[in-house]
Amino acid sequence: MLAQLLASTLRVSTPLIFAALGGMFSERAGVVNIALEGMMLLGAFGAAVGTLVTHSPWLGSACGMGAGILLAALYGLFAIRLRANQIVAGTAINMLALGLTPFLCKILYDVTGSTPPIPIDQRFRTAPLYLSWVLVLVCWVWMKRTPSGLWISFAGEHPEALNAAGIRVNRVRWLAVLISGALAGMGGASLSIFLSSSFSRNMTAGRGFMALAALIFGKWKPVPTAIACLLFGFAEAVQIRLQGVSLLGSKPIPVQFIQILPYLVTILVLAGFVGHSRAPKAAGTPFQRE
Amino acid sequence: MPRKKDMTRMCFGRSWSGLLCVALLCLAGLGLSSVAMGAEFKVGLVLDRGGKDDKSFNASAYEGAMRAKSKLGIFLKYVEATDDNAFEPLLRAFAQRDFDLIIGIGFAQKEAIKKVADQFPQKHFALVDSIVDSPNVRSLMFEEHEGAYIIGSIAALTSKTGKIGFIGGMDIPLIRRFEMGYTAGAKKINPQITVIANFVGVTGEAWNNPPKGKELAVTQYEGGVDVIFAAAGASGMGVFDAAEEKKKFAIGVDSNQDWTKPGLILTSMLKRIDEAVFTTIQEGQAGKFSGGVKRFGLASRGVDYSFDQYNAKILTEPVRKQADELKAEIIAGKIDVPDYYKKH
Repeated sequence: MLAQLLASTLRVSTPLIFAALGGMFSERAGVVNIALEGMMLLGAFGAAVGTLVTHSPWLGSACGMGAGILLAALYGLFAIRLRANQIVAGTAINMLALGLTPFLCKILYDVTGSTPPIPIDQRFRTAPLYLSWVLVLVCWVWMKRTPSGLWISFAGEHPEALNAAGIRVNRVRWLAVLISGALAGMGGASLSIFLSSSFSRNMTAGRGFMALAALIFGKWKPVPTAIACLLFGFAEAVQIRLQGVSLLGSKPIPVQFIQILPYLVTILVLAGFVGHSRAPKAAGTPFQRE
Repeated sequence: MPRKKDMTRMCFGRSWSGLLCVALLCLAGLGLSSVAMGAEFKVGLVLDRGGKDDKSFNASAYEGAMRAKSKLGIFLKYVEATDDNAFEPLLRAFAQRDFDLIIGIGFAQKEAIKKVADQFPQKHFALVDSIVDSPNVRSLMFEEHEGAYIIGSIAALTSKTGKIGFIGGMDIPLIRRFEMGYTAGAKKINPQITVIANFVGVTGEAWNNPPKGKELAVTQYEGGVDVIFAAAGASGMGVFDAAEEKKKFAIGVDSNQDWTKPGLILTSMLKRIDEAVFTTIQEGQAGKFSGGVKRFGLASRGVDYSFDQYNAKILTEPVRKQADELKAEIIAGKIDVPDYYKKH
């Protein structure tokens, strides 16, 4: 029972971890990334199509990451190059992904709902789950121990200082946003070819925003962010098991109440802890060299 | 030019949402205006958010309309709503054009149909799964509890563990009606059976969240359940994935879904929306449209269970025989199937 609960928690939090780590790169570098949801969605689609074409989940997830990078590049164009408002641009990217995926689906397979199912032997069984935790470690080392990790932090905290040190701030931000797209795309891929067997319309169902909340709760640091994702995953897994359970032998707890648990946890956690959590200082402010 | 100035002010004085609506309507209008003029019978079909390829509810409606197109030679135009606010403009766009019959699929369109039907009393409307009390609206209602009762009995007869599952999309009366019938049918066969019921979500996204559907199903299978009835739209695909991984049985809904995972989908509870849509179009074309409520139950084969080459090996002869006996008893009025709509 406990082992199953744990396994369920790990599965449910896998896409969140990828997306939240992706968000971390972009936001630590000073680009608010509300577009995670859209990047995940296009990533989920890209991965499903890639797997259907290549019959390999690995190549498929590479396609998913590629799709995420493409969308991130578009976002970067607006948010970094053209210095657009990042919230507005991010929302636009989300809406674009929402409309683009059924459209492409229609062109490729003449259906608007979902891609054809992927056979079980061409899907991931557990790989993305382990990969996500390896990635947490890699990100931790990267941000803590490498010069490029430091540049990313400075691009988000003191872009002027980074600029004065002779590093191009916007180049660092571009890199961070593209990594962000790749990881969010991988998060989407784990939805379509790991946790289910096809892409279906709007299948992310708000997971990109959950990832964003986990990122804020995790204070923009890799390990706490991953733990926050685990917490959300746990709330979801418990929610699944609590449905229909009766308390004190009376009528079952209303299912609607149980279903709000993950969201309730999100709100409580954010309201309770975000006071100590501070966003990168320059997040949301486009950088322009004088 | 004072007039132009006034126009501009009027336009920009409006809220953006208003403008957007106008733009949407114009677009919809453009799409519809390409319709060839002619005396043919014109049918507009507004599908629910699941879209025509949900392999379930909307797919069945779409199939019926397409059959009408090929067999009756009607003109058919279908649209898929992307969110609940889109229903009304889509319905109205059809009503404003020369469409004779406009069909809305899904309970979510109830308010929109009511409003538009009252504004266009000379047009004919039909709505699946909800009742609108207007003379020019035909409400197509299915006796889901009867079908679900048979499905419940099949699940109970097939289960070896004495535990069966139900996974619904949202916790709404329609889905509760499925669940109540399912449980009653299962208890009729085995009074000690445990029925575990789960729901995917609380918003419209619940119909389109296969990963969540799969997670719920995995949990049920791990808890000892060996047959799950999924009434969750496209989220049901996730339930089937779980069945595939755990090598257990699942049961489909609305359309015949046996083919999606041959040998694992025990049966599907058919809801012949296709028949209802086809008949409505046929009657409309013949000038015999009538408003009011049309009910489709076991007797009229509006609800049924599926049996074809994909589940022939798993849905055994004795199980089918018992299910058919129960079916006959319900039709004869010997069994009173509990109906959630009447109890709440």
